[in-house]
Amino acid sequence: MKLTVNDTEHEVDVDPAMPLLWVLRDELGITGPKYGCGIAQCGACTVHIDGQAVRSCQVAIGDLVGDVTTIEGLGTPDLRHAVQEAWIEGQVAQCGYCQSGQIMQAASLLETNPAPTDDDIDRAMSGNLCRCGTYPRIRAAIHSAAAKLQEG
Amino acid sequence: MGKLKTFTRRAFLVGSATIAGGVAFGTYLVKRDPDNPLAVSLAEGEATFNPWVLIDAERITLIAPHGDSGQGVLSTQAALIAEEMDLGWGDFEVSFGVPSGAYWNRALAADGVPFMPTDESFAANTARSAMNSVAKVVGIQGTGGSSSMPDSYVKLREAGAMARETLKLAASQRSGVPVAELGTQAGAVVLPDGTSIPYTDLAAEASTLEPVEGTALRDLSSWTLLGAPMERLDIVAKSTGTQDYGIDLVVDGMVHASVCLNPAKGAPLIGYDAEDALAMPGVQKVVEVTGGVAVIASNTWYAIQGAMAVDCQWGEADYPAEQADHWAALEAAFTEDALDQEWRNDGDVEAALDAGDVIEAEYRMPYVAHQPLEPLNAIVRVTDAQVEVWTGHQLPRFLQQVVAGVTGHDTDDVIFHNQFMGGSFGHRLEFEHLKQAAEIANQMRGTPVKLTYSREEDFSQDFTRHIAMGRGRASVSGGQVTGIDLGVASPSVVASQMSRMGLSVPGPDSQIVAGAWNNPYSLPNYRMRGYRAEGLAPTSSWRAVGANNGGFAFDCLLDEAIHAAGADPLAERIRLMEHDVSRKVLEAVGEMSSWGGELPANRARGIAFVESFGVPVAEVVEVEQTDAGIAIRDVWVACDVGRVLDPVNFENLVQGGVIFGLGHAINCEITYAGGRAEQSNYHAHEGMRMYQTPAIHVRGLENGEHVRGIGEPPTPCAPPALANAIFALTGQRLREMPFNKFIDFV
Repeated sequence: MKLTVNDTEHEVDVDPAMPLLWVLRDELGITGPKYGCGIAQCGACTVHIDGQAVRSCQVAIGDLVGDVTTIEGLGTPDLRHAVQEAWIEGQVAQCGYCQSGQIMQAASLLETNPAPTDDDIDRAMSGNLCRCGTYPRIRAAIHSAAAKLQEG
Repeated sequence: MGKLKTFTRRAFLVGSATIAGGVAFGTYLVKRDPDNPLAVSLAEGEATFNPWVLIDAERITLIAPHGDSGQGVLSTQAALIAEEMDLGWGDFEVSFGVPSGAYWNRALAADGVPFMPTDESFAANTARSAMNSVAKVVGIQGTGGSSSMPDSYVKLREAGAMARETLKLAASQRSGVPVAELGTQAGAVVLPDGTSIPYTDLAAEASTLEPVEGTALRDLSSWTLLGAPMERLDIVAKSTGTQDYGIDLVVDGMVHASVCLNPAKGAPLIGYDAEDALAMPGVQKVVEVTGGVAVIASNTWYAIQGAMAVDCQWGEADYPAEQADHWAALEAAFTEDALDQEWRNDGDVEAALDAGDVIEAEYRMPYVAHQPLEPLNAIVRVTDAQVEVWTGHQLPRFLQQVVAGVTGHDTDDVIFHNQFMGGSFGHRLEFEHLKQAAEIANQMRGTPVKLTYSREEDFSQDFTRHIAMGRGRASVSGGQVTGIDLGVASPSVVASQMSRMGLSVPGPDSQIVAGAWNNPYSLPNYRMRGYRAEGLAPTSSWRAVGANNGGFAFDCLLDEAIHAAGADPLAERIRLMEHDVSRKVLEAVGEMSSWGGELPANRARGIAFVESFGVPVAEVVEVEQTDAGIAIRDVWVACDVGRVLDPVNFENLVQGGVIFGLGHAINCEITYAGGRAEQSNYHAHEGMRMYQTPAIHVRGLENGEHVRGIGEPPTPCAPPALANAIFALTGQRLREMPFNKFIDFV
């Protein structure tokens, strides 16, 4: 099976039922997306497929249609996406394990809604669990990223 | 204040567990510092002045031995050293270091003494000193009890000062300029003419010198890092998906494993049929581990699928199969026989109850799971010569012992590589997953094995927070609260936890009553008893441990009494608070929240005060009745840690601690049916999500004499503040968690 991740094409030979998450993590060594629950309850595995935020634990590799972007493809430590910049400035992370998923979800939200209200943020982000409780900082960082993106 | 009359009968948490018979060893052992582990493998030209600083010609490495599960102590430990060394922020590497007695925790043991943290009496301080001697000789290296900053605050700055002065001495010898005329800046010694010699350039010379000791620490007015916001050293990695956790690591040639364990925790495997699992793609083999089976595969998902497909026959739990029997055991534990300890008996509580109006109430605090988002995992490679372990853990030296106990190696031959933890909340104080990983790897010597729990297995095997029940009476008279008589019954979480480390702990357990006995109220009549219930499910330390239970029961009972007295909830708490630092915390939260101001009819507030690990915490919660249920709108928090070392990280941890407390109080419990936990994933044990999260306003006071940690203390105060707010709004007293069994939240 072939798939494109972060603009690079890969070929894997696995059970077609294997979730994309485990193809990324264990077959391709792309570990930004995290395993948290396996049942779409935590959002730690969130990636983009053709720009849409998707729980990669719920997409069987045999059913994958579209190009995959993981947090590694969104930005890098040296070339950061506006959302990542806002996350750093806002000192959002504690343990940080959920933050890849939070950031991918937030980036997707801002693609479709460049100036979200608190309610919009709550609706978009409530599927992403943070056990450390960084929600107030996530909310502030999304507003800050929205402002950054609008400034261009 | 409560007096403790039976000091000699006290069992010290760690000391007695390790050295039966008490504190007995020579002065020499206590005075002697453990060897510096960095000196063991020192290369030519490398300098180390103490166990926390290593410099060579290329780089400066700081050792931060306290594990980081999100609380940010990797950064704060580094900042304490860097402040005295004048290092540019981030111009150094940081390592968790190797397990070593040199990293013994000077604050953890002191918490095990049966004295209130506010007690500065000779007896209290003598007991703390004795406990520290035990911790030092035994070399207890641990992260927990919010002890990282109390442990590190002085010693890491001293380590930095020692390094700086030794490097200055080296520069003085090279340049001929007296030490007194040398300065330091940005990782270099600066000569009077402005010439700058980098520390790395001085390493070889400094390595030949005796470290310079006894330098006075800098006054905090000259701090350049501490006390101001710092960019956490891990923040870029954690914002770009590039932070590796244990679960992300790859070791050459490793196989993947997952386990299927008896859901009756601790009970044996009777038999199993692995035929279906072995026929599944990617599955390589199935091996037995204590209490279950492990499936080895070429990929984590194959291993998890395989583990789910093994048909196992299980032995029965040694605790009650049904939840109702757990509660029944607590109900039956309020007896003279089950009395663990009478922790306080101030004044004459019976007389106060006779003289006043009496309020009586019972509180129930359920089992709750830890469930950090990174599931339990470990990589272990066993060879005949040694064992290597990669995982994130809070007790490195115990980890070595536990793994060595499985494989038969010497403890020193267990090489441990500590990792960043994707949360813990106490979960990574446990060892069962490490024993299993070691058992598997020991059957496959030479092959590295990465064990990853499925979320369902992690829930099933979680040694939860201890269940508890509080029964209390309070007396009111003349518009005031005059007495409180509270008993808390629970299993001993300390005994349960220590038993899995092969240790037995004699004597009473202060965590049964934490949050209820140690509140520094000067109530004239105050009796507090702990009762120990035996035979219940195994439990473990859960963020702030016992204070979650005792704090809920005590503060809610106090609030009921205050309302019965017709007094103001804040004013009456302040009236009863003799302890100056704690009273200021209450006054601050009142001022922050404009307590007593007018609120819309559909809004109300509650207040609570709970002390946890020496930190007095007061919280005000404001709730609103909406068409969709009760919404938590605002929380104001004031607490005192003596010194706030990084205000941004501090605020983040307080907010997170409040959310952790509120989320679990609203909708989390673990219940048993058929001997197994009924909740298997986050859908059934949700915690707080963003749409329920209030605005949280934080103030850190600095009146306390001692520096304290903030990772845990904000949590226990949140549930009673919420329950008290809901009472103020609805008139309904919530005396059992989780609250969503009784009311609807947004």
